[in-house]
Amino acid sequence: MSTDATDTTPATTPTPTHAGPLLELDGLRKEFGGRRPNVAVDDVSLDVHEGETLALVGESGCGKTTLTRLLLGLLEPTAGSVRFDGRDLAALTASELRGVRRQMQVVLQDPYSSMNPRMRITDIVAEPLVTHDPEARGRRARARNRERVGELLEAVGLDAGIQDRYPHEFSGGQRQRVSIARALALHPRLLVLDEPTSALDVSVQATVLDLLADLQRRLGLTYVFVSHNLAVVAQVADRVAVMSRGRLVEVGEAASVLRTPRHPYTRQLLDAVPVLDPRRGRRAAARTSAQTDAPTDAPAGEAAGEPTAEPTDEAGR
Amino acid sequence: MSNDRPTTGPDRPTADTPPRPADRQPLLEIDGLSVDFRLADSVVHAVQDVSLHVRAGETLAVVGESGSGKSATALSVLRLNPSPPCVYASGEIRFDGRDLLRLSEKELGRVRGRDIAMVFQDPMTCLDPLQRVGAQVAEVLRHHTGMSRAEAKEAALAALDEVGIPDPALRYRQYPHELSGGLRQRVMIATALVARPRVLIADEPTTALDVTVQRQILDLLVTLQHKHDMAVVLITHDLAVVAETADRVVVMNKGKVVETGDVLDVFDRPADPYTRKLLAATPRLEAA
Repeated sequence: MSTDATDTTPATTPTPTHAGPLLELDGLRKEFGGRRPNVAVDDVSLDVHEGETLALVGESGCGKTTLTRLLLGLLEPTAGSVRFDGRDLAALTASELRGVRRQMQVVLQDPYSSMNPRMRITDIVAEPLVTHDPEARGRRARARNRERVGELLEAVGLDAGIQDRYPHEFSGGQRQRVSIARALALHPRLLVLDEPTSALDVSVQATVLDLLADLQRRLGLTYVFVSHNLAVVAQVADRVAVMSRGRLVEVGEAASVLRTPRHPYTRQLLDAVPVLDPRRGRRAAARTSAQTDAPTDAPAGEAAGEPTAEPTDEAGR
Repeated sequence: MSNDRPTTGPDRPTADTPPRPADRQPLLEIDGLSVDFRLADSVVHAVQDVSLHVRAGETLAVVGESGSGKSATALSVLRLNPSPPCVYASGEIRFDGRDLLRLSEKELGRVRGRDIAMVFQDPMTCLDPLQRVGAQVAEVLRHHTGMSRAEAKEAALAALDEVGIPDPALRYRQYPHELSGGLRQRVMIATALVARPRVLIADEPTTALDVTVQRQILDLLVTLQHKHDMAVVLITHDLAVVAETADRVVVMNKGKVVETGDVLDVFDRPADPYTRKLLAATPRLEAA
């Protein structure tokens, strides 16, 4: 909030907000394996600012999941540092790290495998409370927990009355809402959303994306949104970071990265995205039916009459 | 040269331009198909009175969300739904003047893989992990034709080459786990196409793949379709994939066909509210 903050030294005392980015990754590297290590993340530096949605995009094996595990403090980097709110995760004591971790939560792709099928919804959503807050444990805390779980469920558009039901009674979209409620239980500042809608039907995906946007506005959340789907990224991201083979190849404002990509790999990714327009797709020209493929805009009426000899061969680049 | 009898020349009308798909007879025709899953205490009407057809050289996309019945419809063509609990309650699936639902298992076995082939979403569950890739492609030919081992091997190598697999001789000897997801999908396509089927049913063939690999596989399917004049039935949840590949589209919701038509018409003027909802919900790159 301090607009005149010129102090660049990171706060050594736990002040609530420091002036810089909420999350700072500096020269992060992660190797797996022994003598000939596999470099999963290679010299990644990236800032994520409070309140923004940063999309991390790349294909399978590019290192994006490893990077999210590093920034959540779930993996130790081989080199480089992760700072959250100005504090280097590696320099924290175990209890300090727990305090930081509760401020960053994660929502995973598959709502089916990310919750225990034998736990009731109320216990699933309350689990972070019980884990992080001694006062939320024990029989006496139950009523208070239920009240909080009810609020959280309502915040994600579910009925507070579903607390005693089990995950299998819900659809994929509803389960993903439960995952989001659980992630919000500790009032986090940062949510890592790892392909949060990839397993959902498209109409359900739209409602979950709307919910995430709404929560971000209301709660001032910061999102790291991991996705392979560039069309989804176009809809949600403020900034985009493109990853390939462990490295960031391009970082920038979403509109500029997606409209005027600079790196060849970004361009290759964008070119591969299927276009939701049967007239513009690359194969429209090659379509066997010699439809109205007039180069100029034909009138919308009856133009399909004459069968032209052959489809044009140009790829429409 | 006073002979004025017409000879074959460039000015003679050529007859080898294939007729437009829209002018051809349907090759595969589903008529009033209903499929039930009879469970212990309930019946699920997975497919309800579905009719559709596809012609040679044409791509028909069947699009819908989970539970729409699109896969159950596709699997019905070769009667691959698990039975029990699946029951083909009514309707006909006509191919080559025969109703596939009435064929004996033995008769249907001669259609599967030879006249009508399928490609699925996940090649890992369809390829045998214990068998070398080449043998699996060759097996189709050994089963359906009288080819000798050597002939089948040669044809299988050619098929691997045709689907764009580099170094087919090496890949022929490898096991599925040694291949990337994209290569495995190519192997499955080679297996499906090696016997030169007239109809290819592809059930979410690119859903598990990265976007650049998806592009390559879709391009490959289109190329091979044109080359072999195949009818393709593409099952997908992704309207953008439909827009890029299909000639006609069937939209399914809750077991029923809600809309069917030329892909341009359906995208320009979606008649059914559900189609409109799907189109509106599909994210677009231009949103950035």
